[in-house]
Amino acid sequence: MSYAKLTRDEIARRIALDIPEGSYVNLGIGMPTLVGNHLPKDREIFLHSENGILGMGPAPAKGEEDGDLINAGKEPVTLLTGGAYFHHTDSFAMMRGGHLDIAVLGAFQVSVSGDLANWHTGGDAIPAVGGAMDLAVGAKNVWVMMEHLTKEGASKIVDRCSYPLTGVGVVKRVYTDLAVIEVTPRGLVAGRLVQGLAFEELRRLTGVPLSLSEARAAA
Amino acid sequence: MVDKISPSVEAALADVRDGATVLVGGFGGSGVPEELIDALIAQGAKDLTIVNNNAGNGEVGIAALFKAGRVRKLICSYPRQVDSHHFQEAFRAGKVELELVPQGTLSERMRAAGAGIGAFYTPTAYGTDLAKRKETRVIDGKGQVLEYPLHGDVALVKAERGDRWGNLVYRKSARNYGPTMASAAKVTIAQVYEIVELGGLDPESIVTPGIFVTRVVKVPRKDRNWTPAGSVTRGISGRAAA
Repeated sequence: MSYAKLTRDEIARRIALDIPEGSYVNLGIGMPTLVGNHLPKDREIFLHSENGILGMGPAPAKGEEDGDLINAGKEPVTLLTGGAYFHHTDSFAMMRGGHLDIAVLGAFQVSVSGDLANWHTGGDAIPAVGGAMDLAVGAKNVWVMMEHLTKEGASKIVDRCSYPLTGVGVVKRVYTDLAVIEVTPRGLVAGRLVQGLAFEELRRLTGVPLSLSEARAAA
Repeated sequence: MVDKISPSVEAALADVRDGATVLVGGFGGSGVPEELIDALIAQGAKDLTIVNNNAGNGEVGIAALFKAGRVRKLICSYPRQVDSHHFQEAFRAGKVELELVPQGTLSERMRAAGAGIGAFYTPTAYGTDLAKRKETRVIDGKGQVLEYPLHGDVALVKAERGDRWGNLVYRKSARNYGPTMASAAKVTIAQVYEIVELGGLDPESIVTPGIFVTRVVKVPRKDRNWTPAGSVTRGISGRAAA
C-alpha cells in the first residue's frame, strides 16, 4: 500500500486547527513558525514571542519592516490591535510560570516517555539553547512538530534520546508527516495516520512500542 | 539638582574598569545599545565578562570586542548565529570562556540580582547537561535547579526616551532585557534617542524608574530599518549598516 507524507504546511495546518480559541501559544523557531500561517481566521489566538510580544501578528508588507519589532527568530513581525509589549523577565515568567497553553517546538528526537531533544546535536557544534528549555518545562502543553524519520530513515521517536535533552518527560503530543502521536502514561498512542499508511507499517518505521488510538481503531 | 544626563558616550563610560562584568541589552538586532558598545571598544577596558543574549554579529559591536581580545568570558543563551564568527574563533581558540544559560534563567538571574534574592530554584534545565554539577532539589514533585543571581558592574541599555532623573521608556520589542539589566548592575548607562523634561514621560507608563539608572546619554536617531539576521550588522552597530 502506498501513502503520501504530509508536507510541512500540511502538518502546520493540522496543528493550527487543533489550537482552541483563546489559547496563548508560543511557536518555536523553524518549522513551527509555519503554524502561524494556518491559524483559522475566525479564532482569536494569542501568539507569544519570548522577546516580549503578546498578540504577535504576521510579517509586515515589504518596506514596512521595523527593526524594533522582531520575533524570536529575529524576523520582522507586526503587532495585532490589542497586543502588548513587555520586558524579558515578564516574558519568561509567562513561559516558565505555566501561563502559556501551548508551545509548538521542533525536535531532533522525542522519547517514549516524552523527553525532548531539540537544542544541541552534541559534538563539535557550539552549544546554543535560547528559550527552548524554558518553554519545554513551562508551557501547559508541549507539542512537537517534526518529520517522523531522519534523512537516513531512522525514527526520531526513540526509546531514549541520544542527543542532549532539552527537558525530561515534557512532550504531550507529536505531529509528524505520518501521524499524530500522544505521549500517555500507558505509552505512545498513534492516530490520524496519513491516508494509505497502515498502522503496522507505522509501527515498523517508528521502532518503539506504539498502540493505535481507540478512536482510530474503532473507525 | 539631580542631572543624570552625560554629555557623551565617552564620558558615560569613562569609569568602566578592566575585568568588569558588563550586562549588554539587546536581542538579535533590537534594543542593542550600539553607540555605547562602540564607545566601550574605544574606551579600551579589557578582560571583560560580557552578558548578552547572543554573541555578536559581523565585525562591529560585541563581535569587535571579541576580535580585539577584550572579552574573557561570555555569559549567553544563544551564541550560535550565522554571523558570530569572531566569538566562535575566540571560543575555539580557547581565548574566551562560555557560560551557556537558558534564556529565562539568564533573565531571572539578573532579576534576582536586582531584587536582592540570594538564589532560586527553577525547573528549567533539570535533567539536562546545563544542570550538571548544580544543586538540585525536588519541590512539589518537580525536579528543580538552584541558580544564583547574576550581578553586573555595568549595564548598557538602549531606551527610546529618558529624562534627567533617569526614567526610561522603550520602543516595541527593543525593550527586551533593558529593564532587568538596569536593575542588576552597580552602574547603569542608558542611551536614548530623546531626552525630555521632567514630567514629559507619563508616570503611569514609565518602564524603568530612574532609581535603576545612573547615567543617560543621548545618541543620534537612526532609521529603524530591519536587516536580515544573518547579516545584522545593524544588530550590533549602526555604523556597519551604512
